[in-house]
Amino acid sequence: MIEKDMVCIVCPVGCRLHVVKDGEQITVSGNTCKRGERYAVGEFTDPQRTVTSSVYVEGGHMPLASVRTEKTISKAKIPAVLEALKTVRPVAPVKVGDVVLPNAAGTGVNVIATREIRRK
Amino acid sequence: MKQVDIAIIGGGPAGLAAALEAKKTGAQSILIIERDRELGGILQQCIHNGFGLQWFGEELSGPEYAHRFIEQLADTGIEVMTDTMALQLNPDKTIIAAGYHTGWEEIHAKAVILAMGCRERTRGAINIPGARPAGVYTAGCAQRLVNMEGYMPGREIVILGSGDIGLIMARRMTWEGAKVKLVSEIMPYSSGLARNIAQCLDDNDIPLKFSHTVTQIHGRERVEGVTVAEVDAKLNPIPGTEEYIPCDTLLLSVGLIPENELTTMAGIQMDPVTSGAAVDQNRQTSVEGIFACGNVLHVHDLVDNVSAEAVIAGHAAAEYVRKTEHPAPRKVALKPENGVRYTVPQALNLAGELPEELDLYFRVRNAYKPAVLEITADGKVIRTVKKPIMTPGEMEKVKVKTADIAQAGEIALRIVEA
Ligand code: SF4
Repeated sequence: MIEKDMVCIVCPVGCRLHVVKDGEQITVSGNTCKRGERYAVGEFTDPQRTVTSSVYVEGGHMPLASVRTEKTISKAKIPAVLEALKTVRPVAPVKVGDVVLPNAAGTGVNVIATREIRRK
Repeated sequence: MKQVDIAIIGGGPAGLAAALEAKKTGAQSILIIERDRELGGILQQCIHNGFGLQWFGEELSGPEYAHRFIEQLADTGIEVMTDTMALQLNPDKTIIAAGYHTGWEEIHAKAVILAMGCRERTRGAINIPGARPAGVYTAGCAQRLVNMEGYMPGREIVILGSGDIGLIMARRMTWEGAKVKLVSEIMPYSSGLARNIAQCLDDNDIPLKFSHTVTQIHGRERVEGVTVAEVDAKLNPIPGTEEYIPCDTLLLSVGLIPENELTTMAGIQMDPVTSGAAVDQNRQTSVEGIFACGNVLHVHDLVDNVSAEAVIAGHAAAEYVRKTEHPAPRKVALKPENGVRYTVPQALNLAGELPEELDLYFRVRNAYKPAVLEITADGKVIRTVKKPIMTPGEMEKVKVKTADIAQAGEIALRIVEA
């Protein structure tokens, strides 16, 4: 049996979770909502995170556009996604929601722009 | 000279939400004065996610959160002056502003909403001994450099203070290839959100030391290292606990100061604890027709709360402009007592029409686990709220029934110790 205290990071409330894993059985307490339970179970099976960064833009009114993964990805894939983003260089104009890197590092998740960059 | 119904100083999340709400409430001419080159304020550099869960019901990054509001501005007729700095605010609600494109301007407003936000405390404000080498940045400055301008402040980082920006930057710098060697927090607790300690520090194996501070910065031209020492209960460094940590960069996340030069210039009554104006439930200050919301009023942990507060101020400002008569205020003080550090509002104005319930925001002085809050009206307990935990880092909110306090002469909030 493994017992673990963790903070739910799904929303800013930051509930303190107590997780007990007994064989395949995972019991979560301390969560205010269902998402907390899903998060705790995920932490034991396949921890998920959103990756956010900024990428250089060609010909933009500002040098960088902020980006994020459209959905969460496996925590283990974060370094690969960050590495892939190093060479991503969209051309202005960039709109919020534009895909700047499809299927980032084979995760099946797109990286999208989160701000607008106009042409210079 | 320019004449408007409502002038809003600051085009960050508070100013944007206040402007849109004032418009919705029926205000005709609304002007936002913004000193940066674009709207959105600090959100534009907060590229991490975690914004908007309460406001939009989905998780957004800072720039997206700002974008949603900026988009709504189109076709509203709300006027925006960017690259413009409000230099002076008078109690008669005139504003002197200087714009990069427009020059000197005198603005006459019927109502003013203060939404200037805050700025970071710097090295000077906390007096760390040492020379003045390059490589000492506030966390927010580093955030702007990395996320918006494309510069890396350094490679080997120590962060002093565990405020949210510091925690976020610990992860950000790590993701950009830097080594964050330590986050040192002088208090025995963090002022940042628990989730940020988990997802920024724990996820990246970054050590966090409570009750530790930087006692010296080494290096002449460039930071070469810092000395970190444990502090006692009075926050004084304990001799013999010093440790030298080589690094090229020190980031400071040592608190935010509401930017209230204009507020004090207008003679508005301040709350020494929040360093913001003292306001009533409509976020009206002691000067009639001047309202305040967002981080300039008190430092928020969540932008969603800033938006909610700005809506209150925006609505009230529009109502103020619409009504020709304003009943004399009947103010009842809200007193923060045992364990409660401050409340916003600082007083309730019980004159005129009131909603059925009023929201009170407050922060506690220490961590309480579990926490029991009592609200009293003239010494009589009218509400007790229990929570598993309350910490100074997280703002709390309680509702009171207006009926319970309508006759009160004094209302107090206090933590009852177990
Ligand atoms: S359990 Fe629910 S309410 Fe609590 S932090 Fe997680 S998502 Fe938020």
